[in-house]
Amino acid sequence: MEKNCSRDKDLAVVLVVGKDRSGIVAQISDFLWKEEINIEDISQKIMQGIFVMAMLVDLASARSDLGVLAPKFDRLGEKIGLSIQIQHHQIFEAMHRV
Amino acid sequence: MPLNVSLEEIYETYRMTEKEHFDIRAVTLGINLLPCTSDSFAELCRRVEKKIVTTARQFVKRAEKIDARFGIPIINKRLTITPAALVLSGALTGAAAEDHKRVVDFAKLLDHCAREVGVDFLGGFGTLAEKGLTYADQTLIDAIPEALSATEKICGFINLASSKAGINMRGVAKIGGTIRDLAFSSENAIGAAKFVVFANAVSDNPFMAGGFHGVQEADNVLNVGISGPGVVRRTVEAAPRDLPLDEIAEIIKKTAFKITRAGELVGQELARDLGVRFGSLDLSLAPTTAVGDSVGRILEAMGLERVGTHGSTAALALLTDAVKKGGLMASSHVGGLSGAFIPVSEDVGLSEAVRVGALTIDKLEAMTTVCSVGLDMIPVPGDTKTTTISAIIADELAIGMMNNKTTAVRLIPVPGKKAGDKVSWGGLLGEAYIVPLHPENSDYFIWRKGQIPAPVTSFRN
Repeated sequence: MEKNCSRDKDLAVVLVVGKDRSGIVAQISDFLWKEEINIEDISQKIMQGIFVMAMLVDLASARSDLGVLAPKFDRLGEKIGLSIQIQHHQIFEAMHRV
Repeated sequence: MPLNVSLEEIYETYRMTEKEHFDIRAVTLGINLLPCTSDSFAELCRRVEKKIVTTARQFVKRAEKIDARFGIPIINKRLTITPAALVLSGALTGAAAEDHKRVVDFAKLLDHCAREVGVDFLGGFGTLAEKGLTYADQTLIDAIPEALSATEKICGFINLASSKAGINMRGVAKIGGTIRDLAFSSENAIGAAKFVVFANAVSDNPFMAGGFHGVQEADNVLNVGISGPGVVRRTVEAAPRDLPLDEIAEIIKKTAFKITRAGELVGQELARDLGVRFGSLDLSLAPTTAVGDSVGRILEAMGLERVGTHGSTAALALLTDAVKKGGLMASSHVGGLSGAFIPVSEDVGLSEAVRVGALTIDKLEAMTTVCSVGLDMIPVPGDTKTTTISAIIADELAIGMMNNKTTAVRLIPVPGKKAGDKVSWGGLLGEAYIVPLHPENSDYFIWRKGQIPAPVTSFRN
């Protein structure tokens, strides 16, 4: 892990799943900005008719840790009608990279 | 830095945890209680309480923190201890009535400690007696019905067979009565769900009710049990109907690999946080009562109309082996039981198959030759003879002994219920239909007692 990310970063992945419409990125970016979460990278596509977007974010200077953020993302998701999940980046590295 | 995993991979992980019940089923902290032994019972109790409470005080809180950090749910937090008969033996007096009371009091003390530190269960109230029963073993067995029905969080076990020593049939004969008494002394027979009889028991099993902290382990060890029948079922269901079985095995292997890796990451992190050794990772497909989280349904997804029919043993063999292979590739700490469990009442697919008569006790026994444990959570008629319970245990232990594998029995004789009746325990233990047994007795076979000698390891036809 140390090789892939610099020591002071605390990376997580935010996954957004739902129906495509305009303004999704803006709404989520706005929330991230308020939480002082930095976006490192964004990737999105339509998979089987569903809008899927993943954001690599750095929580190093965020206002709260992942445990507190997860329910906040849940609530935001409910509000804007999308499913939003946040998980630690290491999980994905472990599961998908040998 | 750029995102170095693909959207598809991220979405797959999301689906596993959100929709398919992938979770860390149990984190289990094993505690060595041998340093607490004393010939004074009061002193023993004082030391044990201090040891457990100081070792595990932060355990639940830390586990919850890791759960929140990684976003993978940790369902159960448990403790295991050195087999209680070993810990207690020095503090017994030789006077049966007094010692019986001490064993029960010790169980209550452990129950108190488990509540104090907030864990779901504490396992290890048992003994290793595949070759003979010590005075402490006998006292403990006699006290099991009272000890486990007077406590809430304590789980018991006894190992009565091994490939090296054979089967302790004296113990097997005795334990049939213990299980019946345990079932009859607890509400809805639920006490019997907290007690397991083993062949070749493993010392690092994080799952209950059979977990204990073996004497060959280090002082404090964290073992992790990960699960995911729902994830495996979905991948098998998504495969084309005509996909050859070797390719089905490949899909299962890859899935097992992924969930093991996630489990190891979480386990290592928690062990580091607690400052204890990371012991082993037990990758077992352990069903829950949630629909879809069923091993029975995985076998049906492979193409069986109903689990229990012809082909079920072969399908389960493929599943257990593929899970092990995927897990072994993913982690160098695979241990415990690792494979697939077939607990009847906890698995909607198996429970349903019993109801319609597709799954019988004989087929279940056959399936245990290739599953990772044995006859698990099987409700049997309340009027089952104790010798019949012992004989079922003897059969199952024989399978373990002959095949160098762990096998176990968790039977629940339910008072007042007959074959086909429904019994419901609610929660994780689920519901099931009483499994019919053979009516012919095995009395004289069991009454012979003695020892079934260990098998040869050559001429293995």
